Amino acid sequence: MSQIIFSVLLAITLGVFAYSIFKIYQLFKLTKPAYPVRDFGKRIKRTIINGFLQQRIFRNPIAGFMHAMVFWGFCIIIFGSIEMVIDGVAGTERILSVGGIVYDIIMAIGDIFAYIIALFVVIFIIRRAVLKIKRLNGKELKHKNHVDAYIALSLILILMITLAGLNIFYLAGNSDFVGRFPISELIAPMFAGMQPDTINCLHDIFWWSHILLIFLFANILPYSKHFHIFMSLPNVFFSRLTPLGKMANMDSITKEVKSMLDPETAFAASTDEGSVPDRFGILDVEDITWKNYLDSLTCTQCGRCTSVCPANITGKELSPRKVIMDIRLRMKMKGPHLVKDSSYSDGKTLIRDFISEEEIWACTTCNACAKECPLNIDHPTFILDLRRYLVMEEAAAPAALNAIFSNIENNGAPWQYSNQDRLNWTE
Amino acid sequence: MNSTKIQVPVMAELFAQGKKPEYLFWVGCAGAFDARYMKVAKAFAKILNHIGTDYAVLGTEESCTGDPARRAGNEMLFQMQALSNIEIFKMYEIKKIITICPHCYNTLKNEYPDLGCECEVVNYTEFLENMIKQGKLKIDKTKLANKIVTFHDPCYLGRANNIYESPRFLLQSLGINLVEMERNRSFALCCGAGGAQMFKDAEKGDKEIFIERTEDALKTQAEIIASSCPFCMTMMTDGLKYKNKEEEIQNLDIIEMIAEAMI
Repeated sequence: MSQIIFSVLLAITLGVFAYSIFKIYQLFKLTKPAYPVRDFGKRIKRTIINGFLQQRIFRNPIAGFMHAMVFWGFCIIIFGSIEMVIDGVAGTERILSVGGIVYDIIMAIGDIFAYIIALFVVIFIIRRAVLKIKRLNGKELKHKNHVDAYIALSLILILMITLAGLNIFYLAGNSDFVGRFPISELIAPMFAGMQPDTINCLHDIFWWSHILLIFLFANILPYSKHFHIFMSLPNVFFSRLTPLGKMANMDSITKEVKSMLDPETAFAASTDEGSVPDRFGILDVEDITWKNYLDSLTCTQCGRCTSVCPANITGKELSPRKVIMDIRLRMKMKGPHLVKDSSYSDGKTLIRDFISEEEIWACTTCNACAKECPLNIDHPTFILDLRRYLVMEEAAAPAALNAIFSNIENNGAPWQYSNQDRLNWTE
Repeated sequence: MNSTKIQVPVMAELFAQGKKPEYLFWVGCAGAFDARYMKVAKAFAKILNHIGTDYAVLGTEESCTGDPARRAGNEMLFQMQALSNIEIFKMYEIKKIITICPHCYNTLKNEYPDLGCECEVVNYTEFLENMIKQGKLKIDKTKLANKIVTFHDPCYLGRANNIYESPRFLLQSLGINLVEMERNRSFALCCGAGGAQMFKDAEKGDKEIFIERTEDALKTQAEIIASSCPFCMTMMTDGLKYKNKEEEIQNLDIIEMIAEAMI
């Protein structure tokens, strides 16, 4: 009976999850190409170093260490969760114990991590609620963003408590237990005096509540900032491998410029009109690339980017975190309509209704945000594509920048000096 | 720096004599026109002359790389600049380029290849590091001995291109006492000039970025703020003026320090 109930619940979980992922996949289909994904060796290496080894998060040593422990803990504990799913469907008990010593090690590490993660999550909650650190606040974080954060932290905490509980009562009820549980083995004897029925009942309560919470958590994630958990490793894997200083070339412009400089190629270019985009740069969410959208789904609003942004530090409107959050917000708002009708418009655009020109022009392209992001989110590339729209579609650059454009065009330097004076420095 | 004219070979003249210099020294618009950075360009040419590098400059044929245009969103203008510069590189069969400006360096090295440039591009910090390591450039360590120096990492050398140690190697080779700012290397704070910000007023806020960065530098108690970027130099100079420290604290490019101490 319990196998049937479990299987039905599992099917519902997977079904709802698949539906959520399908919806996101439809939104991805709206996005534009970013770059070809090549060099799998380098990508795997980066995923190992940045992802599994958590290299960048250690730029902030204390918070970084705690995050890394939670991440590594999850990586181990997931084996136990997989086992629970198999046990639930097959009606077995701790089926993976056939793994012998390997199983013992994984269970032992998972048991230790359950307590460590619970402790660190409590610290994270206190840090958020009591310490009010600047990075975890900011204008762009609304009430619902804070609620989202507390829900995720609370769920993780309860998951760890139920995991510890099911380990403890499994040990208390089975003198011939399989696996090793270093911390729970110390706690279990305290419950040895209880009725076997009570122990079994408590074990089952913890077991079911743990696995059902995982099912629930998995289905909350696609709608939460903690979708991070699923998207972070893919985002690192798919991140661009070029130096941070390099801005992507707009090939559509190259064609136009080449035909201007060399009229002979103009004819050849005109036969190939299919590649001319509807719009230069990004005005709204239909212009973004898949990487922009992936970045926005990956962002867990930690604020490391904003905390190192020179514009933000000095009180300007720009916050790299907000800009990335806006992508997701706007896609959520407009994307589903675009799926049904590609010409849909609600009269709003990402530029101005979400991201002001003031924010767009405050960026120094210093790449501090991109360097700091533990998950290789690329804020500057997105901000520069917003500028490309403003300049090439609307000629809406600040006056001082229009002046340097005409200087560069007329005398080959951003300043108004004659090219004939280019060797004056040798005097 | 004295004001005597120095000999700087020009590409067109050498080419007319059938010579193809090994390096193009890309001066950059700041080196050519910014009164302060013109001194740095001159100091660098002196170093090249001193070590006997086979080089030339483009002179009046040099034109903006297009970096500020691209970063201000004007891709069209950037590509026009880039394509016509690349034409000139090809005309003179240029294979290697040395830059003193990190913005030029980044654009020439990372962005021009997309448009057909095949030149090898080196930043002066890497170039001079090699010259010292190969024994071609010798430094009198007593010239600037024990001066307290802090180094401001330019974003376009550091985070943009992972060059953190070459400038530090050069500074150490001068025998100075290098004191790091709290935010250094990949953590360094921008001076506020990148992304074409140099050419416009900052958006409204409660502080100028260059003041925030100058305060970082002042905290080190350094006598010299060293940098390796014309825009950083402008911003740090402004910061020192704002803090009324321009008399006490020098703001130098590493090139000028090397030029003074080379033997």
